[in-house]
Amino acid sequence: MSDRTVIPFGPQHPVLPEPIHLDLVLEDETVVEAIPQIGYIHRGLEKLVEKKDFQQYTFVAERICGICSFMHGMGYCMSLESIMDVKIPDRADFLRTIWAELSRMHSHLLWLGLLADAFGFESLFMHSWRLREQVLDIFEETTGGRVIFSVCEIGGVKKDISSETLKKINETMYVIEKELTELTTVFFKDSSVKYRTKGVGVLSKQLAFELGAVGPMGKASGLNFDMRTQGYAAYKHLNFAPVIDTEGDSYARTSVRIKEIFQSIDLIRQAISLIPEGDIKVKVTGNPNGEHFTRVEQPRGEVIYYTKANGTKFLDRVRVRTPTFANVPALLETLKGCSLADVPILILTIDPCISCTER
Amino acid sequence: MEQNIKEIQPGELLTHVVHYKHEGYRLVAISATTKDGIELSYSFDKEYDFIHLRLIIDSTTEIESISSLYSYAFLYENEIKELFGVPIKDISIDFNNQLYRIPIATPFAAKEEKA
Repeated sequence: MSDRTVIPFGPQHPVLPEPIHLDLVLEDETVVEAIPQIGYIHRGLEKLVEKKDFQQYTFVAERICGICSFMHGMGYCMSLESIMDVKIPDRADFLRTIWAELSRMHSHLLWLGLLADAFGFESLFMHSWRLREQVLDIFEETTGGRVIFSVCEIGGVKKDISSETLKKINETMYVIEKELTELTTVFFKDSSVKYRTKGVGVLSKQLAFELGAVGPMGKASGLNFDMRTQGYAAYKHLNFAPVIDTEGDSYARTSVRIKEIFQSIDLIRQAISLIPEGDIKVKVTGNPNGEHFTRVEQPRGEVIYYTKANGTKFLDRVRVRTPTFANVPALLETLKGCSLADVPILILTIDPCISCTER
Repeated sequence: MEQNIKEIQPGELLTHVVHYKHEGYRLVAISATTKDGIELSYSFDKEYDFIHLRLIIDSTTEIESISSLYSYAFLYENEIKELFGVPIKDISIDFNNQLYRIPIATPFAAKEEKA
């Protein structure tokens, strides 16, 4: 008869920069159940809406997460713009799209580095983050910030990008694409990466749907689901299809994210080629009154912003349903049956963001 | 994005959720707002068709958990139970107000007026 033991994983673990705790119930070396404990860093940011007016809250929304900072700000602004019936200029839509896709690249490259680090591939980790630095340099040049750049506002964006800079971004995309191709060959072809990811933590399409998985977690299991296809911002003008895989294992989740970086490069190129001239914001007057559910595709998947306004400058409610929160049940399911040694890599492949989870 | 909000009575919740489950919708979120009581929104999606069930309860009205239909609802239900004090019974995995280890009980609940 096998021995059953409970091993605590986290809340601090070398592969996780943020605290999440799992009690792993093991039979010998195999995980039979994982019991989550979250809540170590809950910040009550949604509650802050009672103290910050709806314009100021944009800055709070951006601070929900450092990696998806721009998209949090954008999603919140889109929700308020829907309530206030504000149509932002087309150029602002394209600029938002460019920064959103750069954010996706920055997020996925960061994650790729963390994954390499977890494998023990230090050089690969540094090369991934070196590529990410080029994206951060673009942020710094175009907005002044490298991670949180406060460029989105209700009614459009605060800063424009000149034609010369757009041309430079386009050239940088070619450099990153070339270097990324070389870099990701290791992830796609290295035997030790394959050994530790292929067939590990398999989530079937049916389970992914039944457990509400979103983003690359769901796409790697065959769910054809991407909010960008709904045509918010400038995506309605761009030509793309969601990156889908069917294996549902750690390798597939890695593959989807890598292919999404290439897709982001393509989307940025398309946006640069199509961006119209014109204003970057419209003046927004008055206070919002009404409610709206807005959905945006973040690097980790679908995020929902629910805002409820009452005609004053203070909102009744802001609620952010983040992708990691949605992916926790799927993570628990994928852990069942895996080896204890595979747990760190498996948790990493859902790209958990605990800051988002504990707004 | 079109907003499809359907107002229901608390006692009708399970009936409507069973319907959406059978129609193949996935649960997307459960949200609470304190406005003239506690306003609950259950959001569902099927191929980008985004719909919301809306019910308003007071802090003493106990509602049924939907975790028997959507297993992963336990996370959303624990969240609104802990932050807003929504009384939900029979949650499949009940953290008993220990999901977020916050020092204040139901911090998002409406404050009672002082006499």
